[in-house]
Amino acid sequence: MINNQKKNATMADLSVKIHNLHLANPVMTASGTFGYGREFDDFINVDQLGGIIVKATTSKHREGNSYPRMAETPMGMLNAVGLQNKGISYFVNEIYPKLTGYTTNVIANVSDSTVEGYVQVAEEMNKLDKIAGIELNISCPNVKEGGMAFGTSCPSAMAVTKAVREVYDKTLIVKLSPNVTNIVEIALAVEEAGADSVSLINTLLGMAIDAEKRKPVLSTITGGLSGPAVKPIALRMVWQVAKAVKIPVIGLGGISNATDAIEFILAGASAIQVGTANFVDPAVTIKIIKGIDDYMQRHNISTIEELRGALVIG
Amino acid sequence: MKKYIADFQVLDNIKLNAKHHVLELKCTQPLPDIVPGQFVEVKIDGSETTYLRRPFSIHRVNYHNNTMHLLVKVVGDGTRTLSEVNKGNLVNMLFPLGKGFNLTEGKKVLLIGGGCGVAPLYFLAEQLHQKGNKVTILIGGRTSDDILMADDYKAFGEVFIATEDGSLGEKGMVTGHSIIKGQQELQSDYSGYPDSLVAQFDMIYCCGPDGMMRAVAHIAQQAGIPCEVSLENTMACGIGACLCCVVESVKGNVCVCTEGPVFNSQELKGWTTETETGCSLDQ
Repeated sequence: MINNQKKNATMADLSVKIHNLHLANPVMTASGTFGYGREFDDFINVDQLGGIIVKATTSKHREGNSYPRMAETPMGMLNAVGLQNKGISYFVNEIYPKLTGYTTNVIANVSDSTVEGYVQVAEEMNKLDKIAGIELNISCPNVKEGGMAFGTSCPSAMAVTKAVREVYDKTLIVKLSPNVTNIVEIALAVEEAGADSVSLINTLLGMAIDAEKRKPVLSTITGGLSGPAVKPIALRMVWQVAKAVKIPVIGLGGISNATDAIEFILAGASAIQVGTANFVDPAVTIKIIKGIDDYMQRHNISTIEELRGALVIG
Repeated sequence: MKKYIADFQVLDNIKLNAKHHVLELKCTQPLPDIVPGQFVEVKIDGSETTYLRRPFSIHRVNYHNNTMHLLVKVVGDGTRTLSEVNKGNLVNMLFPLGKGFNLTEGKKVLLIGGGCGVAPLYFLAEQLHQKGNKVTILIGGRTSDDILMADDYKAFGEVFIATEDGSLGEKGMVTGHSIIKGQQELQSDYSGYPDSLVAQFDMIYCCGPDGMMRAVAHIAQQAGIPCEVSLENTMACGIGACLCCVVESVKGNVCVCTEGPVFNSQELKGWTTETETGCSLDQ
């Protein structure tokens, strides 16, 4: 591994703050693309990241959708995993103890099919010291009920955020769906309901067809599109939302290198998440941190805050 | 087992026929221990339609030369691009991934490969031979063009061949080969198999098309022989992060990339109760 201290001595100040979370740098990993962190321990020092957002947890065990769950697309992929996880009790008893060794911020992604379920998971997560915050997933397109259904209307997005806010004391991030007419309205609704931050975008609803077989590729017919293909849409939405809300915005959607990450910060993101790119290069996050540092030194920028929203228009 | 990410230098790219290539790759760092049946995820540069890495079984390992061989079948743009690499090119890989075959010692073992599914069987045959097993290899394909490097396996045991068109070895599918069924007529429910020649083996290892592996697993079950199969579900990450490559097991949905790709057929839901009457490499 790279000599951490020696490295940091020459680095610009990459630290950022998301509500009460202090991140050493703005680079986090997107839920569902980084497992529980341990899957990447062989490739990187996970503690060098600003934070990790672990795989979604629901109130009960979920088997997820049937295979096939994945279709590669030009510069991206569709997935239809469907929130496979063993439920909150298993998380608390079996997974959480394996996460406590990390010094970086560990954030839990929380999903469910009912408001009560979200509240139940959030209450349990609230008791776990090492879980620095939760990301409320109201935007998963791959589950029949709940998930995205909560994130596509202002009243339901507000209702679930409010209910969780009442039981959750630490940093509450709400992950937004791009599958809406106006993402700004949803962002404003969850801000009003008590969210400390919003992250966007989750995957875009898409579809793949096998022309030879005349059949859909995915078992669920439709799935969530991610990867570089969605980046321009994500960037536009982050820019729109960052202008409208007062809470920090976490940008994600197709980020594959440091330039992509900087574009999101220029559009107004306080931090970013790397998702699908982890599948192509499990060490990409560390390269992105280094690349952001290089950019800042090259442009004589000393803090991320100087870069945030520094897009020059006109 | 620790996983690595490293560049491999292409030492050779041997074209076997129009569709199949063998890449000889030298690792830029010392190779770790590798188990037959484990796989690599190859990053493919220069193909516009290939975004994700591609999984390949590890075909051969030479620790002395620090090299690994991959058997590549051209099926799309990604594999075509990979089949066109030149000597000296660098190929980035994640390795060694997944759980390989369980290696028996001093037993009579049957290895069955279909088409490109022979890929992991060379390394497997070599290791089983070294462990004092009596190795028999049965290779199937649609035509003689699909029978790859069959002579190479002779160093480790007896080799039998079945082709659907009869252009090489016995005509028909591997499940109908006389090494398995003897001279009896193939029964649609495999009821003849318990008394057939297949029962002489202590263990069956199989890699090939899904239908072939299910049929072999069923025969093995009928004959009361343990059978390990290697699956090739579509993958994104290869390291258990994305949960895309799942197979339904007796424990629920599990990742083929970390819990497999090799499974005992009894672990797979629905695999040992199938009643196919055979299999086709078109499946």
